[in-house]
Amino acid sequence: MSVLNIKIDGISCQAEEGMTILQAARANGYEIPSLCEFNNGECNRGSCRVCLVEATGARGLVASCVYPVSEGMEIKINSPKALEARRESVELLLSNHNQNCQQCDKNGRCELLHVAKLTGARDNMFVGVHTESHIDRLAPGLVRDTSKCILCGRCIERCKNAQGLGILGYENRGFNTFVSPAEDRSFQNSPCIQCGQCVNVCPTGALMEHSEIDKIDEAFKAGKHIIAQAAPAVRAALGEEFGYPVGTPVTGKMIAAMRRLGFERVYDVNFGADLTIMEEGTELLGRLQNGGVLPMITSCSPGWINYAEMNYSDLLPHLSSCKSPHQMQGAVIKSYWAEQNGLDPNDIFVVSVMPCVAKKYEKERDQEKVNGIPDVDAVITTRELARMIKRAGIMFNRLPDEDWDGDIMGDYTGAGVIFGVTGGVMEAALRTVYFKLTGQEKEDIVFTEVRGHDAGIREASLDINGTTVNVAIASGMRSAKILLDDIRAGKSKYHFIEIMGCPGGCINGGGQPYIRHCFLENEPDDILETYKERRAKALYSEDERQVLRQSHNNPQIIKLYEEFLGEPNSHKSHELLHTSYAAREGFR
Amino acid sequence: MAKIQAAAAAKIAEICDRHKDENTPLMMILSDIQNEYGYIPLEVQEIVSQKTGISVAEIYGVVTFYSFFSLVPKGKYIIGCCLGTACYVKGAQQVIDKFSEVLKIQPGETTEDGLFTIDALRCIGACGIAPAVSINGKVYPKMTVSQVTEVVAQYLIAEEKMKEGETL
Amino acid sequence: MINSVEKLNENIAVCSKRLSDKLTGADGRRHIVLCGGTGCLSNNSKEIADKFRELLEEKGLFSKATVNQVGCFGFCSQGPFVKIYPEDTLYRLVSIDDVDEIIESDIINNKVVERLLYEEPSTGEKVSKQDDINFYKKQRRVALHGCGVIDPENINEALGEGAFKGLERALSMSRQEVIDEVLAAGLRGRGGAGFPTGRKWQFAYNSESDEKYVVCNGDEGDPGAFMDRSILEGNPLAVIEGMMIAGYAIGAQNGYFYVRAEYPIAVNRLKIAIMQAEELGLLGDNILGTEFSFRCHIRLGAGAFVCGEETALLNSIEGKRGMPRPRPPFPAVKGLWGKPTIINNVETLACIPYILRETAENFASVGTEKSKGTKVFALGGKVNNVGLVEVPMGTTLHELIYDIGGGIPNGKKFKAIQTGGPSGGCLTEEFLDEPIDFDNLVQKGSMMGSGGAIVMDEDNCMVDVAKFYMEFICDESCGKCSPCRIGTKRMLEILTRITEGSGTMEDLDALEELSRTVKNNSLCALGQTAANPIDSTLKHFRDEYIAHIVDKKCPSHVCKNLMEYYIDPDKCIGCGLCAKGCPVDCIKRTDYVAEGHKLASFAINSDACAKCGSCIGVCRLQAISKR
Repeated sequence: MSVLNIKIDGISCQAEEGMTILQAARANGYEIPSLCEFNNGECNRGSCRVCLVEATGARGLVASCVYPVSEGMEIKINSPKALEARRESVELLLSNHNQNCQQCDKNGRCELLHVAKLTGARDNMFVGVHTESHIDRLAPGLVRDTSKCILCGRCIERCKNAQGLGILGYENRGFNTFVSPAEDRSFQNSPCIQCGQCVNVCPTGALMEHSEIDKIDEAFKAGKHIIAQAAPAVRAALGEEFGYPVGTPVTGKMIAAMRRLGFERVYDVNFGADLTIMEEGTELLGRLQNGGVLPMITSCSPGWINYAEMNYSDLLPHLSSCKSPHQMQGAVIKSYWAEQNGLDPNDIFVVSVMPCVAKKYEKERDQEKVNGIPDVDAVITTRELARMIKRAGIMFNRLPDEDWDGDIMGDYTGAGVIFGVTGGVMEAALRTVYFKLTGQEKEDIVFTEVRGHDAGIREASLDINGTTVNVAIASGMRSAKILLDDIRAGKSKYHFIEIMGCPGGCINGGGQPYIRHCFLENEPDDILETYKERRAKALYSEDERQVLRQSHNNPQIIKLYEEFLGEPNSHKSHELLHTSYAAREGFR
Repeated sequence: MAKIQAAAAAKIAEICDRHKDENTPLMMILSDIQNEYGYIPLEVQEIVSQKTGISVAEIYGVVTFYSFFSLVPKGKYIIGCCLGTACYVKGAQQVIDKFSEVLKIQPGETTEDGLFTIDALRCIGACGIAPAVSINGKVYPKMTVSQVTEVVAQYLIAEEKMKEGETL
Repeated sequence: MINSVEKLNENIAVCSKRLSDKLTGADGRRHIVLCGGTGCLSNNSKEIADKFRELLEEKGLFSKATVNQVGCFGFCSQGPFVKIYPEDTLYRLVSIDDVDEIIESDIINNKVVERLLYEEPSTGEKVSKQDDINFYKKQRRVALHGCGVIDPENINEALGEGAFKGLERALSMSRQEVIDEVLAAGLRGRGGAGFPTGRKWQFAYNSESDEKYVVCNGDEGDPGAFMDRSILEGNPLAVIEGMMIAGYAIGAQNGYFYVRAEYPIAVNRLKIAIMQAEELGLLGDNILGTEFSFRCHIRLGAGAFVCGEETALLNSIEGKRGMPRPRPPFPAVKGLWGKPTIINNVETLACIPYILRETAENFASVGTEKSKGTKVFALGGKVNNVGLVEVPMGTTLHELIYDIGGGIPNGKKFKAIQTGGPSGGCLTEEFLDEPIDFDNLVQKGSMMGSGGAIVMDEDNCMVDVAKFYMEFICDESCGKCSPCRIGTKRMLEILTRITEGSGTMEDLDALEELSRTVKNNSLCALGQTAANPIDSTLKHFRDEYIAHIVDKKCPSHVCKNLMEYYIDPDKCIGCGLCAKGCPVDCIKRTDYVAEGHKLASFAINSDACAKCGSCIGVCRLQAISKR
């Protein structure tokens, strides 16, 4: 790649051929604001016109996010003309934007507000009617409010490129354009899997998780026994909301904060993850030994479940019947734990803190209730937890490190921790399956073949005591589709497949903190490419620190089976910990 | 969602197959469907999506982008008022306003009885006879405001006669 | 099959003879041709042709006379036209009822039907031949070559006019030589921007790729412009031949026509022409026995003005929303399906065969220094001779409006001419002697555009005109980039306020700022030029804006909120026709009886008036006026 000599605002510097002006500027220490550009062209349309600069060789102003640098180019970021142009682009956007910023949950992480401040946009510069807005609050997972949309198109590209779904599109033309699933449908009545990847890229508050903080407030008011449980991926990312470097595990402080929020118990969903492995591992062995439907596919990602029910309903028998870990744990809280504490399950309110927005949908499913009582009452995202912590005035960085509540569900193993990253469920299951098949622990329990932190398919073939187990891992629906089409065509050689809805798994879930250059000033330029790896590392290192790293060795799990469930896949287990699936139309 | 009849579904699939050797034939498929059925509802788009592998949202985006495509059936008589510059400077706006007033619908809408749709057209190239109005292909040259009621009445009378013919 | 140069020349010789026999009467027959352009077809020219056939058969005259439909004659306001060869007699404004008389008088008795001849308004003289009509005198047909002469649905007539002679010469040259010839001709893109065609080709020629494409932009969308449609309707093979030459020059094997769905006749004739050329082997593999192979495809637009923008057009062919792409990469490097592509407008391609056939030198012999050749204009609006005209570059606006256009009707005063459609600007009286060429129009605050030329007189309100164009652009903005999507809406809102009488002087400042923002910040040419009508009307007619804002008056009595209808009580004879026709019942009889009148006069209640204008049309005494 050849090096080009350019000038930025009169200062000579260098850039690589093929770079856009924006990239070249960033490499030389300039951050040109942009609302449509995302991750070096992952979503990139040159449409918002907020990144305009002057450049020699071009007629007038150019959009730096799409315009390539060339030898000898002189770029002016700080010229009066460029400054004015950028400001006016923002002012026009604001003139068609619902500016109730005080009420907007995106405030503080809103890129439009950020560039408004940055460019010095004047108040009410251009006034006029707004595009008719469309608000969708029907879906439990996410909310769409087009009055805040700037039509950057990032969500459309993310859904199409990362997930291969293309749920969102532009509707109408010109000033009447808005983004929606076809026919302005709710996400709930479209083939949307509610993974929330679109939320993760939205620059404004147009796409958000469907907040359930109010629900929790109500439960407090009603005097419920409120039990909170947090998924493994949350601890690997929550710190980002409080200024910690990306990938800093903040488990202890998170527990301390949750306790200060008034939750009666604070549990780790890792216990549920261990329980899942016991059930799912047993189910897999059963299928392997009794000629059951293979390959068996994991079922802990509700985004993936949605996708399967709407697109591959013929393959539903391949899905493990296990509930996801937090649902299992919720069911245990409202049965065994309630019994132990002498409480009526109706007085218990279970809050799950999740990296996920699809879990908000999952908990509403009829198949996720026991005797009409939902396993989980509210699901909040990592971001919502951060909001609650900030709202309560808690100075997160001054908190002591505390530990999970230890009663009944306090123990957990490293196997549960790595659920949060793609390949983790597989690895955790293999650790237990190995033990069950051989009667002994594998010496080196790290299955590096299945590890990763990104989308794409990984596979491995393991010989366990003469039994060959072929496994594959996919995250993101684009990759999953390849494996599923093979199964449908009868060509799949696998016995066990792990599928996660989001590319990279839960660490990159739709409920995780936003990764943006403009809000992470101390992170390197390539943070959008490395954050998944860094969050994954946080989980793997926690696994390594654990003494117990196999689910079947969790003493409280053993106790739970002894005292309450009997054995994995028992009648009682099925009643509480297993679920069912049904085909659904995409457009309903 | 209400599903369309099997025969129609087969026909839509046939239209898709008609263009399968062309590169990116979506516009051709939609044009054919629009011409044959007069509109392209979501159910039809779902079939096109299955046949072409393009997501429904993307097809929907295309359908709503081009004014030639319609999501809803149009009236039996489509009154196209040319609003090209030549017609506009000669009073086409008043003509279309008058149609709106007489039929009590806005341009783009269809009367409740399903008889009339008013369309505001971009220049149809009949500038020599501006302002031009075309009703189901029949062109009314040099249209004036005072002719509007009469033209509509002609169609209503013809429609009445047709009905009588049916009942007799 | 025409699979060699020799065969082509044999065919051309035969066809030329046949065509010239027809035009000169050497075949001993009379030939009746009718205009088959969209305008005349809407005025029943097809029915008239059928009537001719019917009567000729009835009278047993089929051996004596033939009936043919040809392309547009251009003089649309006088259509439908009927022309009789070999005398070259031109009848205009012909209706079905005239057919019998034409046959009886002219065909049977060789007597010209005087009343159907064109009458020169300035002299009152009857003119029997097309070329003697002032409208045609200053015209020169290069792009319109063959239009109005040949039957567009018969390839033999096109061959008779020399079709494929240009291709033949091109194939005898190297690709670079063909590009050099087009460069030497100085041909600039006729679609609007005027980019040198040869340079575009050179870029695509230089791009290496296994596949390249030629795209013909027939998405003519400027309101009031119909040059491309007439060319496609009148001589589709010229455009096909132009496309083939382009394909040869850059190394493409496939060409795509992108034509508006609103042009069904043009599309149909294009299809027929392609089919006939394929049947003769003039399209397909090894054309004229050479290595060159080429195929033509048709794609239809679906009602989106922005698809005239070349990258939006490419997206449309690719089955996407017609939203422009950022450039670079330019289409010549990365265009249709990612391959090097040239996009040329219909009129541009129609000039190509002429350049190759008649040489670049010949083409460049007319025009101005930097704008060579001719340009087709769709002349419309408040001008006597509405129609399609092709004039040498450098013709003045005065010649266009007065000599060719016959001036302003009804003795009204010329106010402005809008060229370049919604992307252009208006030019006032002071510019009438300016020669028309690409650079001069831009310099004067307008642009050539694709060739729409709309004349406006004193009855046109320029604020209203600016609003009309802004409404159009706002409607047609694709919505992709924010300055165009939102900025045009804001400008429209301000213009609407002004025309409704609630504008302020600050609004003018805001308009100017918005205009600059949208121009500088927009992604594509549609947005970058969207404010041109506002700029030019603000520049030349600021007083009209101020009258709307300060005096709350529309000087041209167009803006409804700022004008009223008024009955002169002394002229009103009290007949009541106006009151009877009033849709809102706002005209009532007064007590006032003017001197010499028997009945009391009527008066309009302006508060209730819908300002529909019905009354003004029915009053026989011109007692009603706008004020």
